[in-house]
Amino acid sequence: MSRQPLTPDEYHELVSKLTPPSRMLRGYWRAFWVGGLICCIGQALTLWAQQLNLGEVTAPMFTTSCLIFLGTTLTGIGVYDRIGKYAGAGSAIPVTGFANSVAAPAIEFQREGAVMGVGARLFTLAGPVLAYGIGASVIVGVVYWLVRGWVL
Amino acid sequence: MNRVGEQTFLYEHPPAIVSHASIVGPKEGRGPLASWFDTVLEDDILGQKSWELAEMEMVRRCAKNAMNQAQLSDEDVQAMLGGDLNNQIIASSFAARTLGIPFIGLYGACSTFVQALVMGAALISGGFLENALCVASSHFCTAERQFRFPLELGTQKPPQASRTATACGASLLAAQGNDNALRVTSGTVGRVIDLNITDANHMGAAMAPAVFDTVAAHLSDTGRRAEDYDLIATGDLGWIGRDLLLALADAAGIDLPPEKLIDCGASLYYQEQDTHAGGSGCGCVASVSCSWLMKRMEAGELNRLLLVGSGAMLSPTSSQQGQSVPGIAYAACIERSKV
Repeated sequence: MSRQPLTPDEYHELVSKLTPPSRMLRGYWRAFWVGGLICCIGQALTLWAQQLNLGEVTAPMFTTSCLIFLGTTLTGIGVYDRIGKYAGAGSAIPVTGFANSVAAPAIEFQREGAVMGVGARLFTLAGPVLAYGIGASVIVGVVYWLVRGWVL
Repeated sequence: MNRVGEQTFLYEHPPAIVSHASIVGPKEGRGPLASWFDTVLEDDILGQKSWELAEMEMVRRCAKNAMNQAQLSDEDVQAMLGGDLNNQIIASSFAARTLGIPFIGLYGACSTFVQALVMGAALISGGFLENALCVASSHFCTAERQFRFPLELGTQKPPQASRTATACGASLLAAQGNDNALRVTSGTVGRVIDLNITDANHMGAAMAPAVFDTVAAHLSDTGRRAEDYDLIATGDLGWIGRDLLLALADAAGIDLPPEKLIDCGASLYYQEQDTHAGGSGCGCVASVSCSWLMKRMEAGELNRLLLVGSGAMLSPTSSQQGQSVPGIAYAACIERSKV
């Protein structure tokens, strides 16, 4: 016997009515300026790398390494989670966020040991990005190889 | 008769709550109920090697505090009933290992403390035990890593999400007790209710129908109305879940006065503490009832309390496989004996 006064559908309607919405505009603004700032830092690093005559191939690698170092360090000293809480996608999408998603489980699962802890869990969050990112680039590569005769 | 209606135990020999103890973490110690807790921890780790061991130590200290207040040693306590949110309830069972008390491990998710009260009171009333230690705990850091993400990951939470409280509460029940002791007089075992909520963040919405079901069963089984209670305290519905419960009661035509309904999880934090919908976890109902509520009852401010623990019976596996979140609730009626 059910005592519930509402059907699941009626209840879902009630739940959406009583649940406050996420503050989207505020979220967009925060993601925009923090994400933009991270990108500006990246651009500044690239310009600096060019001044150091690092070359067109090495300069982006220099920038990426610096940003990963920054993201990992800020994760290690417990700051990046606060930035992430504030900025959301603004700090998750840039490569610093990728660094955070690898460093955070590395810190968290140390206590389970180097193999089954850090080793096994290091890519729990970044793993899907790597798997589908590499998978997608293979597909794009094959398509490019097939059509390059017509395109170029 | 030890039973009324469909789901309710009416204890023939209602056990007394001879002592109670509570421990909370630093964040909970900055909330509105801070001054009521027996112990506020300075940090979350308690000098241990892992968060899980820290939670175990919290359970051990809380249990010890309750036993010391009742002047009972580990050997005097006949059973420990309890659980937590860790896989295979390791915080409680590891604490029981240290204490050496016969252990009945329970799992009712965040409702475990009230489940322990209902079961412990039944075993005492039935003459199987002379006393029982009921305990439940939760820890923010163990719950985050098991159910959600690593602590240092920068993520945002939606407004309906809750924060797992770092908290523990323990009550020592005994067949004997002084004349004006608090007593557990009846208990209602809930059914698992699922209205197909699939958002694992929205535990208030998943549990509110179960809490409603158990409260309605308790009232109908005992022939009481909500007004017969001085206070109805739910476990960890949070602010939104509390509103949902009121709306469900309204739709069912059950008079549930909002001023008599509080939620332990929602009461643990100030809104400014950024815990979204409020606190969740076994520790909410355990720590708040073993401090604020029982102390107010002992002071004579409340005479009859309906404590309703609420639990979301999900696991990371069930949510990843797209299953909905079923809820459960247990209710225990605690009364101050007439002098």
